[in-house]
Amino acid sequence: MRREHEVGAVPRRQRGNHREWEPGRFVKEFPLYRLVAEDGELVGAPDEVTLPDAEVLRLYRLMVLNRSLDERMITLQRQGRIGFYIGSIGEEATILGSAAAMAESDWIFPCYREHGAALMRGMPLVTFLCDLFGNAGDAMKGRQMPCHEAWRPGRFTSISSPISTQISHAVGAAWAARLKGDAMVALTYFGEGGTSAHDFHTGLNFAAVRKIPVVFVCRNNGWAISVPRERQTGSETIAQKAIAYGMRGERVDGNDLLAVHAATRRARERAEAGEGPTLLECVTYRVEGHSTSDDPRAYRPAELVEPWKKRDPILRMRRYLVRRGALAEAEDERIRAQVREELQRVLKEAEAFAPKPPLESLFEDVYAEPLPQLREQLAELEAAVAADPRVANPRHSDA
Amino acid sequence: MPTMNIIQAVNDALRLEMRRDPDVVVLGEDVGKFGGVFRATQGLQDEFGADRVMDTPLAEGGIVGTAVGMALYGLRPVPEIQFADFIFPAFDQIVNEVAKYRYRSGGQYACPMVIRTPYGGGIKGGHYHSQSPETHFVHTAGLKVVVPSNPYDAKGLLISAIRDPDPVLFFEPKRMYRAAKGEVPQGEYVVPIGQARVTREGRAVTLVAWGSMWHEVDQAAREAEAEGIDCEVIDLRSLQPLDTGTLVASVKKTGRAIVVHEAPRTCGFGAELAAILQERCFLHLEAPITRVTGFDTPFPYTLEMEYLPRAPRVLKAIREVVSY
Repeated sequence: MRREHEVGAVPRRQRGNHREWEPGRFVKEFPLYRLVAEDGELVGAPDEVTLPDAEVLRLYRLMVLNRSLDERMITLQRQGRIGFYIGSIGEEATILGSAAAMAESDWIFPCYREHGAALMRGMPLVTFLCDLFGNAGDAMKGRQMPCHEAWRPGRFTSISSPISTQISHAVGAAWAARLKGDAMVALTYFGEGGTSAHDFHTGLNFAAVRKIPVVFVCRNNGWAISVPRERQTGSETIAQKAIAYGMRGERVDGNDLLAVHAATRRARERAEAGEGPTLLECVTYRVEGHSTSDDPRAYRPAELVEPWKKRDPILRMRRYLVRRGALAEAEDERIRAQVREELQRVLKEAEAFAPKPPLESLFEDVYAEPLPQLREQLAELEAAVAADPRVANPRHSDA
Repeated sequence: MPTMNIIQAVNDALRLEMRRDPDVVVLGEDVGKFGGVFRATQGLQDEFGADRVMDTPLAEGGIVGTAVGMALYGLRPVPEIQFADFIFPAFDQIVNEVAKYRYRSGGQYACPMVIRTPYGGGIKGGHYHSQSPETHFVHTAGLKVVVPSNPYDAKGLLISAIRDPDPVLFFEPKRMYRAAKGEVPQGEYVVPIGQARVTREGRAVTLVAWGSMWHEVDQAAREAEAEGIDCEVIDLRSLQPLDTGTLVASVKKTGRAIVVHEAPRTCGFGAELAAILQERCFLHLEAPITRVTGFDTPFPYTLEMEYLPRAPRVLKAIREVVSY
């Protein structure tokens, strides 16, 4: 019997050279896969729940941390203490549910909203916060805007601002792993806006042609900065794009941690078994702006957001855990208090680092060894700073 | 010592490096059974299999992007871009990803690879099979840019490039692919990246070129010698890193410099060379530093020989500079 989530193939009766356009057809062919309803009730088959309660609790705590971190950092940006921030409020289940379904040896190729996954992969919270400050504790040595982290020990790669460029990197790494005989599966994230970019098309095409073990996770959060999904793609769903490339596609409730986890795990198992890549469309919503540089009130009526607040992924997991007796009110309070305390403490730790990385780091890592002109340019800059300290002052005209 | 052309030298270098290091892989359009449109990868798939010599779908951005992932994971990919003109669909991947990966990740990751591509005019290719886009990549921090002019250097530089920890753009002068023949040692040897070669010594004027233009410059120098003008000729071989020392020493000796390249003049690499020489040799100069280049037009089809800075135009510049 065909299960709800097995929706990748086009039914035989609809195959043929000529098909009339039927509005809504792909929404029916790619129904939203869900395991937990908004009130926390299990609505999917119990045997599809791949996570024991203890693991759900761990991810719940990570979602709470991710949410608190985002809220706190948005405030910090408003206070002028960090320059920029990209949050993932409302999208935590998509990010953490999918990352948690991967093996530790798998690689993650992030888009720019997945710092929750970086923390899950062991990036120390203090290192992430130092990245936001671009200070001496920043693993990226203050070279990128905030939220462009990389964490090699966790096989979490480096974030680029150009959209979707990481998709073919994921394909290449997974291809390399297969050539080396490793069981590694690559997971890569992008928004629905990213499906407009050429790297999405080339990446999916390359992966499908060679059956490369990649899980493509589209965080369909409804908006690409100010442009709604309908102005980003003519497709009714993102998942249906899988058909054209010759891979499996699945549409998942992106606010349902258990559904995202189960779907990603299935996709991973298929990839590992040599059955090729999967495109997962995680349907979620960006309840805040694209970044702190954005004010969604300019282009989005507030009433669009309200229904999504009711679908909050953290609230849903909380209800699920409470229903199962795995989370008591007092325990939830304790988790939240602990997260608040941790953030406060680590924030102080991060702010204690020197405000800037050392001058010479400007010239490091351009090449494996600095070229002669880079050495000369460092000397030139050092001499300029020594002659006039205003060189290092952001307000250069100040005396 | 066997005689080879540039294509054979490139093929030999790839073969030797693939034998030496199982992580070296080749990918691109038609590189497999067909051996590449210029046959640079001929026979490699037979020896190393389709898993190491990989035909890809037709998408340069995908080829380079995939190579980034392969390099991050520990392979040494050598992607081929069929013609340098088609490198622009991969430009974002090269400039924003390949070049920046080490820097932007604070040195946590790197993606060494060699992007091989035939460049340049003179083969009746029109403007989509003739461009000389080296400047775009020299201008991009994080990349090395290498342009051999002869089979010996092509082999030795390609082996160096494959072993280099940084990404290298390897521009092959396709006009000279089969025309430039020379003795090439069997087995492995390296020509270090970043060392220019003085191919002719002289005192009247320094001529600087790379790739196929070296041949035009060498011809012009020989014709000038018949007129009693002894030119010093430098084959740069590597544009980034640049052998500034050799260049400056030569111009301080001759007091005159002519830079020759086939890319358009404005913001071409000749402009950078002229600026460096002006900064470092100002008091030694007897004449303005002169450029003989392609023009600021797209590359033409019918008038390509007029467009290319060939020996007669170089010779004219030599006469003007020495009599300034």
